[in-house]
Amino acid sequence: MNPERTNESSSAKKENYLGQDVYVPANNWLIAGSLVAALILNFVPLQGDFLMLRPDFIALAIAYWSVNHPQKMGMGIAFGLGLMMDVGNAGILGQHALAYCVVVYLTLVFGRRLRLFNALQQAPQIGFTFFIMQSIIVLIALSSGASPPDWSYFLTTATGALLWAPASFVLMRLQKQKPDPDAL
Amino acid sequence: METVPPFFRHGPGPFARLFVFALLSCILIAEDTRFKYFPHLRQSIGVIIFPLQRIAYFPADIVDSIEKFIASFYLLEENEKLRQLYLESREQLLTLHALGSENNHLRNLLGAVRQIETQTKTKAVLADILYTPRDPFNHKITLNKGSRHHIELGQAVIDDKGIVGQITQLYPWSSEVTLITDKDHLVPVQVLRNGIRSIVTGTGKNNELALRFLSLNTDVQRDDLLVTSGIGGVYPPGIPVAIVQRIEQDSGDDFALIIGTPVAGADRNKQVLVLSLIPAEPTDSSEIPVIESGKN
Repeated sequence: MNPERTNESSSAKKENYLGQDVYVPANNWLIAGSLVAALILNFVPLQGDFLMLRPDFIALAIAYWSVNHPQKMGMGIAFGLGLMMDVGNAGILGQHALAYCVVVYLTLVFGRRLRLFNALQQAPQIGFTFFIMQSIIVLIALSSGASPPDWSYFLTTATGALLWAPASFVLMRLQKQKPDPDAL
Repeated sequence: METVPPFFRHGPGPFARLFVFALLSCILIAEDTRFKYFPHLRQSIGVIIFPLQRIAYFPADIVDSIEKFIASFYLLEENEKLRQLYLESREQLLTLHALGSENNHLRNLLGAVRQIETQTKTKAVLADILYTPRDPFNHKITLNKGSRHHIELGQAVIDDKGIVGQITQLYPWSSEVTLITDKDHLVPVQVLRNGIRSIVTGTGKNNELALRFLSLNTDVQRDDLLVTSGIGGVYPPGIPVAIVQRIEQDSGDDFALIIGTPVAGADRNKQVLVLSLIPAEPTDSSEIPVIESGKN
C-alpha cells in the first residue's frame, strides 16, 4: 500500500497544488453510504474471538470523515449513529452516542495536526482516540452498576487502529473515483 | 444585519457542541437507567435499524442455507436417528406417566391433599439470534422474532440444554433477551438432588451464576444440577439452569457463597426457543374455585 496516496492533505496536496486534489469534495452520498455500511458491519452477528476482535466500524467512519472533512461530519450525526448503535447493542441509551461525540470532538480539535501525517502515522493517534471512546463506554456502564470488563474488551482499539490506514485508503479511492471535468 | 459573511461562519465551537451533546447523552442515560419516561423511543429507533440488522444477518443466512443443502444429503440417516430418539424418549415418557399415576395413587392412600394438577402447556417459537453485543457488561442478545410473531414480554427463552433468559424488550420484528447471567436477573431454582429451593442470580460475569442467602450448612454439593422450580410462573418447572461449580463456606459470613456455571449458552448456538406459558389451569373444577385465567 502506498501511504502517500492515502494521505490527502500533506504530500498529495503539495504535488497537485493546482490540480483537483487541493480539496477533494466529499460526496454526501458517499459519506451516508459509508456510515450505513459501517452500521451494517457493526451489526454482523459474530461470536467468540471474532466478536472480540471486531473493530468499531462506526467509530472508524466517523473519525475518518471528521479528520478529513470536518465541515461534513457533525456531532449530531455521530450522536444519532450512537443512539442506533445503543439500541442495536441493547445497551444503555446514550452510551455510544456520548462516546462517538467525544470521537468527533477529539478529531475536530486535533484534526489539523493529524492531517499533517500520513495514514500510517495517524493510526496510533486514532487508536488513542478509540481508547478514550471505549473508556467512556466502560465508565458509563460501570456507573450503572456493571462489573469491570476484561482487558480483551480494549482489543477493538488495536484492531481499529490497524484498520485505520486501509480504511482511509479505501475511502480516499472511492472519493477520487470519478473526477468530473464538468464540476464547477 | 449579518456582521460575519456566511462563508466564515462556523457556529458554536467544538467544545460548546460537545457540551450540549454530552448533556443530552447524560439526560438520555439517566432516562434510560432510572426513569423510563419514553419507552417508545427505543422501539422507534429499533424499527429504523431493523433493516440494517437484517442485511447484516444476510451472510449468516447464506451459510445457513448452504449447511441445510449439505445436510439434505444425510436426511435418511438423520430421520432414522431421530426415530430412534423418539422411541427412546417415548418410552421414558410412558414411564413418567406411570410414575405420575402411581404418585397420585400413593398420595390418595396417604390421604394427603391432592396436588393441584396443573397442566403447564407450553407453546414454543423458534428464533434466530440476530445479534450478540460485544460489550461484556451487556448480557443481552437480540432475536429475529418480535411482537409481530406473537412474542410477548417476559417469555422464557431456552436452548437445547437449558434456560437462556427472558424477553425484556419488544420491537415489531425483533426482541431483546436478558440472559440469566445479567446482574439484575433472578431465576427461581431447585436443587435437583434434594429439592432445596432458592433463587439464582447473575453475577454480571460471563459464565457465572450465584446462589445467595443459603445458610452455611445447606446441603448443596459440587456438580449439583439446579433446575427451575416453576415458582413465579415465568419459567416452566424442571428445566436445567446451572451446575454448581464451587462452594465457599467462610465461617465469618452468615451465608455460603455458591457459584455455578449456566448450562445453556447463547454463545454456543444460533437458534433458541421462546416459550409461552399457557397459564396453569386446574383440571378438577369441582374442588378448586374457578379462577379466571387470562387468555393467551
